[in-house]
Amino acid sequence: MATLTMSRPPFGGFSFENCKRNATLEGETSKLGFSLPAARKTGTTICGVVFKDGVVLGADTRATEGMVVADKNCSKIHYISPNIYCCGAGTAADTEMTTQIISSNLELHSLSTGRLPRVATANRMLKQMLFRYQGYIGAALVLGGVDCNGPHLYSIYPHGSTDKLPYVTMGSGSLAAMAVFEDRYKPNMEEEEAKRLVRDAIAAGIFNDLGSGSNIDLCVITKGNVDYIRPHDEANKKGVRLNELEALQLTGDYKYKRGTTAVLTKAISPLDLEVVEESVQTMDTS
Amino acid sequence: MAAAASMMPIYGQQISSKNDLVPDWTTQEVSTGTTIMAVEYDGGVVIGADSRTTTGAYIANRVTDKLTRIHDRIFCCRSGSAADTQAIAEVVAYQLGFHSIELDEPPLVETAANLFRASCYRYREELMAGILVAGWDRRKGGQVYCVPIGGMLVRQPVAVGGSGSSYIYGFMDSNYKPGLSKDQCLELTASALALAMERDGSSGGVIRLATISEDGVERRVILGDQLPKFSTH
Repeated sequence: MATLTMSRPPFGGFSFENCKRNATLEGETSKLGFSLPAARKTGTTICGVVFKDGVVLGADTRATEGMVVADKNCSKIHYISPNIYCCGAGTAADTEMTTQIISSNLELHSLSTGRLPRVATANRMLKQMLFRYQGYIGAALVLGGVDCNGPHLYSIYPHGSTDKLPYVTMGSGSLAAMAVFEDRYKPNMEEEEAKRLVRDAIAAGIFNDLGSGSNIDLCVITKGNVDYIRPHDEANKKGVRLNELEALQLTGDYKYKRGTTAVLTKAISPLDLEVVEESVQTMDTS
Repeated sequence: MAAAASMMPIYGQQISSKNDLVPDWTTQEVSTGTTIMAVEYDGGVVIGADSRTTTGAYIANRVTDKLTRIHDRIFCCRSGSAADTQAIAEVVAYQLGFHSIELDEPPLVETAANLFRASCYRYREELMAGILVAGWDRRKGGQVYCVPIGGMLVRQPVAVGGSGSSYIYGFMDSNYKPGLSKDQCLELTASALALAMERDGSSGGVIRLATISEDGVERRVILGDQLPKFSTH
């Protein structure tokens, strides 16, 4: 007999109901020797620098799942608005969704005010959302852009604190990148110099931090113009394997030559098929 | 990152395995392990703070401005969790700005202090924030109010706060006298902060000072090489 079930209205915030189940599963699977899948993190190097006419944002492109590289070329520089971009480190899903939500809200806000959005507005929206979730959203962001008040750069931490600085780094490779910045940063740099500095900072993160790698993406934001350079530098190109005898490119060719597997016997049996039913369906080609 | 790495403490286990690629300090909360100070003088207040913000053992920001403007003549010195204190300060600044427009006159320092206390006491279990509220108003002149962790409110002529404050209580007790001039207060604050920054690992960087009086707010910075020196070796 059918029963009516009352549907409860959805509550806000996170539901921690599955925590007990997960804890039991974790215990059981570890007894059997398996491990549960881990959330994919971007163990990352991201950084940003303010130069004479704007900001340069940089990021590596490696996404890791535990000790394995899940994505060799993921994009960590996210669009917020035509004049504001945001690099994200931490849990990949969190940075992706958070930046998308704020980008959407900022577009609505910009339509409401009739003005180009300001970086400080994006910063406020991001920090208030992250603070509301008390650090459970693992998004560490580098927010940069140019608005009517000039170029601005913010670093935003998962718990909701922000710092407004001329140069910032975040992610597991941030120490390596910060070392480069502290050595060579100067105020009011030219664009090429700033791009070189950011490229070198990300490269330091890529080569000295295990969680960062692959290519370097840059995003140069100036008044009225954005250069999204992806990739700016292919720091780690996958090697090409050659077979010397045949000078063939082996990489990616997974076909086996006929004769690799020896044929022992061959038996052919014809199948007698009779037509049971024949139907024609006309195709409407008009 | 905190989401993937930790769970509610009751269960005591972790959902995802500890990731060796991501170092510990990336999952630590950002804290202003700090030294902050505020002194009243006749006609205004002097406030000062160091400039170090840490995530674990890494200095996330070495030039932080912990002297936050709440209103034209009211500032607060923040210590504790960076996220908590920034959030509270922004909420109070909004509330006080609204209140001031309603009154159509500059707000009282005691009002600002009470707004801080209201938030800090109501959410005392969730927050970690130690705040000094200082400013000038027409009714009582220069005032310093202390709102430590837990949400107490008390007015004091001199107040210190933060992790580095423990090292300078003796210095304060022996060197503060009522009736100091503005410059003497500035010197006292700078010296006290320098001493605390010398001894406390979570305090450092530059000294940020500000004087608030009827005439306005004067800010200055004492850079690392210009800090008052006390050790002779």
